[in-house]
Amino acid sequence: MRTETEIGYNSKIEGDVIVTRVDAALNWFRKNSVWPMPMGLACCAIELMAAGASRFDISRFGSEVMRFSPRQSDCMIVAGTVTYKMAGAVKRIYDQMPEPRWVIAMGACASTGGMYRSYAVLQGVDNIIPVDIYISGCPPRPEAVLDALMKLQAKISTQPVLENLMAVRSLQHH
Amino acid sequence: MSSLESAQKIKAKFGDLISEPMEFRGEITVKLADAEQIAAVCDFAKRQLGFDYLVDISSVDNCGDDPRWMVVYHLRGLKHGNELRIETNVSEEKSELPSVLPVWRTANWHEREIYDMMGIRFSGHPDLRRILMWEGYPYFPLRKDFPLAGKPSDLPGVAFTKPAPLEGGPFVTVAGGKDSISREPRVRTPEE
Repeated sequence: MRTETEIGYNSKIEGDVIVTRVDAALNWFRKNSVWPMPMGLACCAIELMAAGASRFDISRFGSEVMRFSPRQSDCMIVAGTVTYKMAGAVKRIYDQMPEPRWVIAMGACASTGGMYRSYAVLQGVDNIIPVDIYISGCPPRPEAVLDALMKLQAKISTQPVLENLMAVRSLQHH
Repeated sequence: MSSLESAQKIKAKFGDLISEPMEFRGEITVKLADAEQIAAVCDFAKRQLGFDYLVDISSVDNCGDDPRWMVVYHLRGLKHGNELRIETNVSEEKSELPSVLPVWRTANWHEREIYDMMGIRFSGHPDLRRILMWEGYPYFPLRKDFPLAGKPSDLPGVAFTKPAPLEGGPFVTVAGGKDSISREPRVRTPEE
């Protein structure tokens, strides 16, 4: 049976062998198993739950489990208003995530502080942690969350994984 | 027994301390002249008149006027369904009045919130500390002289604050505008 994939694999000729680059393979593994850590703080968490439920299934994209433990997750989805009081906790949880890690800022409040221009609300979670994808909306539709996940997957597939691993390895040898 | 009769019973018991019951849209309000007696009045309201549910305690900042603070207690009786509002004034130099915790346990967090947001202390409260902001936050945010955008502060290891960008001021709407164009949220000067 002939199948065409972006890796360029012709099963009739080559048999069950895929020839690719290490980077492409590692990125493919990583992007199709992004386990989110839902930092669900406010109303956006409800839409995140909807994205995880059956109609807008997020596990179709590999985000099979919403890991509430930062040690076992890949991507932190900050869903909701980050107050100054909560900012310390969000930063601490982000620091506990192992590399490679990504952050999705979901909704207006997590991206920029939203409609809350006040004394108690952090004006955007990117003041404390680096954000990869921003989703707009109040709250964003679950389809928007899935679209952001797809954009994150596109971003992950461009990472130079092998180069980074080699650099870390050479640092350790010294 | 209606709310008005309950208010008149309170006035009969406490005399000159209580003002005449005022009525507005079906709600009865009494003013208490001396804030120190609030615990006794609330105790009487709960034990004798059956107001066993404290709906809320709120506070008002009469910025510039003396006395500066007005603390408002909203009472309700679950058995008879009547509501009553008691207002007391507290001056700024004192900024303290007795806690009604012995009467209703729920006053614990309401009074902590008033302390956190306005700075009014409650004597006899076992655990008067900030509840919404963090310990060590230097300001009282809901006072009239505190800006909406907030002031910068930094408590290393706990939390920091920065003033939020208001872009010209709070965008407010106007109630009862003719159409959505006139109700559009924008910067409005008070004479509008």
